[in-house]
Amino acid sequence: MEPILRVNDLHVSFRARGGEVQAVRGVNFEVKKGEAIAIVGESGSGKSVTAQSIMRLLPSPPSFVKQGTIEFMGRNLLELSEQEMESVRGKDIGMIFQDPMTSLNPTMTIGHQITEGLIKHQGMDRKAARERALELLRLVGIPNPDTRFGQYPHNFSGGMRQRAMIAIALSCNPALLIADEPTTALDVTIQAQILRLMKDLQERFGTSIILITHDLGVVADMCDRVIVMYGGQVVETGSKWDIFRHPQHPYTRGLLRSMPRLDQPKGEPLIPIHGTPPDLLVPPQGCAFCARCEEAMEVCVDHDPELAPVGGEGQTAKCWLHHPFAKEVQA
Amino acid sequence: MSVSTVTKTENGFRPTGASGGPLLEVDRLSKFFPVGGGQTLKAVNDLSLTVAKGETLGVVGESGCGKSTAGRTIMRLYEPTAGETRFEGRNIYKLKGAELKKLRREMAMIFQDPYASLNPRFNITDIIAEPLDIHGIAGSSKERKRKVEELLELVGLRPEHANRYPHEFSGGQRQRIGIARALAVRPKFIVCDEPISALDVSIQAQVVNLLQELQKSLGLTYLFIAHDLSMVKHISDRVAVMYLGKMVELAESSELYANPKHPYTQALLSAIPIPDPQIEAQKERIVLSGDLPSPINPPSGCPFRTRCPHATEKCAAEAPEFREVKDGHWAACHYA
Ligand SMILES: Nc1ncnc2c1ncn2[C@@H]1O[C@H](COP(=O)(O)OP(=O)(O)OP(=O)(O)O)[C@@H](O)[C@H]1O
Ligand SMILES: Nc1ncnc2c1ncn2[C@@H]1O[C@H](COP(=O)(O)OP(=O)(O)OP(=O)(O)O)[C@@H](O)[C@H]1O
Ligand code: SF4
Ligand code: SF4
Ligand SMILES: [Mg+2]
Ligand SMILES: [Mg+2]
Repeated sequence: MEPILRVNDLHVSFRARGGEVQAVRGVNFEVKKGEAIAIVGESGSGKSVTAQSIMRLLPSPPSFVKQGTIEFMGRNLLELSEQEMESVRGKDIGMIFQDPMTSLNPTMTIGHQITEGLIKHQGMDRKAARERALELLRLVGIPNPDTRFGQYPHNFSGGMRQRAMIAIALSCNPALLIADEPTTALDVTIQAQILRLMKDLQERFGTSIILITHDLGVVADMCDRVIVMYGGQVVETGSKWDIFRHPQHPYTRGLLRSMPRLDQPKGEPLIPIHGTPPDLLVPPQGCAFCARCEEAMEVCVDHDPELAPVGGEGQTAKCWLHHPFAKEVQA
Repeated sequence: MSVSTVTKTENGFRPTGASGGPLLEVDRLSKFFPVGGGQTLKAVNDLSLTVAKGETLGVVGESGCGKSTAGRTIMRLYEPTAGETRFEGRNIYKLKGAELKKLRREMAMIFQDPYASLNPRFNITDIIAEPLDIHGIAGSSKERKRKVEELLELVGLRPEHANRYPHEFSGGQRQRIGIARALAVRPKFIVCDEPISALDVSIQAQVVNLLQELQKSLGLTYLFIAHDLSMVKHISDRVAVMYLGKMVELAESSELYANPKHPYTQALLSAIPIPDPQIEAQKERIVLSGDLPSPINPPSGCPFRTRCPHATEKCAAEAPEFREVKDGHWAACHYA
């Protein structure tokens, strides 16, 4: 099936005090119509920057796209005018942010913020927009929508702000929904409800979903394919089955190992990946994971491996261990 | 000052931690917010609990059920509407001047929202050192710098991050800055309000191990608010489940997970996503339906009855008492 989104060799940097922070360094992936993909990966690995680049929401300066294209339904989003882009954001791509406070306007009531888009992009009148907004608030599980409609973001709990933002993102029935940690602040019964809502949308309208999450349980439940990021790059991709059953990149394996499990005996410490992620002001020349990798080899220090096919169908990994020479050495 | 392990209240006996005397006793604490139109929102409603010295009490519950408000009121970031919090036997809401200042060094909080809690105009050194400055314990500028670097390392950041600003960091990195800041004054008691929700799993494990190591070496006591029930189980000695401003269940953590007594806890546990596609595909969830109640006009009787699959008429008429249904296992359900 034709992908609706194709990110090609995307490089995004920030100009910061100490120099250039290379937050995204050559990211490639695509999303097919009706498909739900997960982006998981280290904190600071460029997941949000990737998502916000697709939405063109990063302020420039300090950010700038150094290279690459983002094709959405046949158009390169990076070449659209701000006005065209605003219409894409209002109608075609909905986004749920990691941090509700950065996207909700603290000086505007929640009701106003939901109806604004409905009036502007869907041509609804004030009354119809209000009705629809109340329905959306109910849909995302906000009690007393009538009262809540007139309240400000600071009157809401963290999770309720998140739900209000979800209501805004869903209001336009987008073709692509980008959800950046949409349920991080929610408890699991509500999380289950919201994920079901997103799945419903996917099934009923063929909405494609990019879900950025730290919760591998949510990935197992929701997504078809998984993209693993580290140090501003994609280090592994594959079906969720391959990723969970046969992870091929040492970072992916470490990630899966470090999760607490309900059946784990008490008192056993967790198994973290030691060390810290690379400094993207001076990204490593070789493999970005090298400093933390238990399987690192000499070649990894200076030479950056390519993302190459491995294991399962459509599975790729960016690691020298999969190079034929490495296998010879190990054997 | 010493306090007895079990304290009599009007309600009878409050649940208390297994080991050691309580460091913290929360006694019938309520925090209401006025929400206009003469209405009040009962964010925390008659909450009682104790936390023993060196214990980790996990707190879970629905979004909006009052966990953060409880944490903030216990820290006296909010003044309570009613009730007391005693820290080492002293009612913290009565403390003034030097005593209050001392309390502020003994309790610290790690916030849920790593964005809102860091001042964007301060660099990382100033953010982390601020509590040291406030309490006048930063020392010389060289010592101050060294302390900040130590703290950065402790939470898995690099010394060269010290001169950067919050907006230059990812969500997870900012949360680590918040933890370093909380640890700066070497507190005895830390309210961790979803300290790891924004962190990467591999870093979560580092931070949780770190929190546990610090607990052992420094004898810290934690109130650990979180959504990740697997993590809460891992880190907590006992777990409290809140619903609509009230405590609905409290037990030793493995007991709670093995034998949940309250229907809400049962639904909560069945909804935990398991990181295994096979298990997820086959899993049966207790999916709740029914109206989400509002803390502005909570339902009569049992607060959970609008969504409870087992609700009866009695549940609408009578509020269930929070009682000990089994040794050390407390629940607020007529049928538990
Ligand atoms: N305005 C900025 N100025 C400088 N650096 C920035 C800025 N915004 C983000 N960065 C850097 O870009 C990198 C990627 O950040 P991003 O927010 O995409 O991470 P993430 O993968 O979403 O992490 P998390 O899981 O913690 O949300 C980080 O190293 C961060 O420090
Ligand atoms: N300053 C405030 N003014 C009015 N209402 C408030 C205020 N702070 C919190 N509330 C309300 O109190 C209730 C409890 O909020 P709180 O933030 O304590 O919930 P929570 O359990 O921490 O939720 P979450 O898991 O979403 O963080 C919510 O209904 C919220 O809207
Ligand atoms: S390329 Fe080398 S350092 Fe990088 S993940 Fe593979 S083995 Fe480890
Ligand atoms: S008291 Fe009734 S409504 Fe409340 S949890 Fe028990 S059975 Fe359900
Ligand atoms: Mg992010
Ligand atoms: Mg909270």
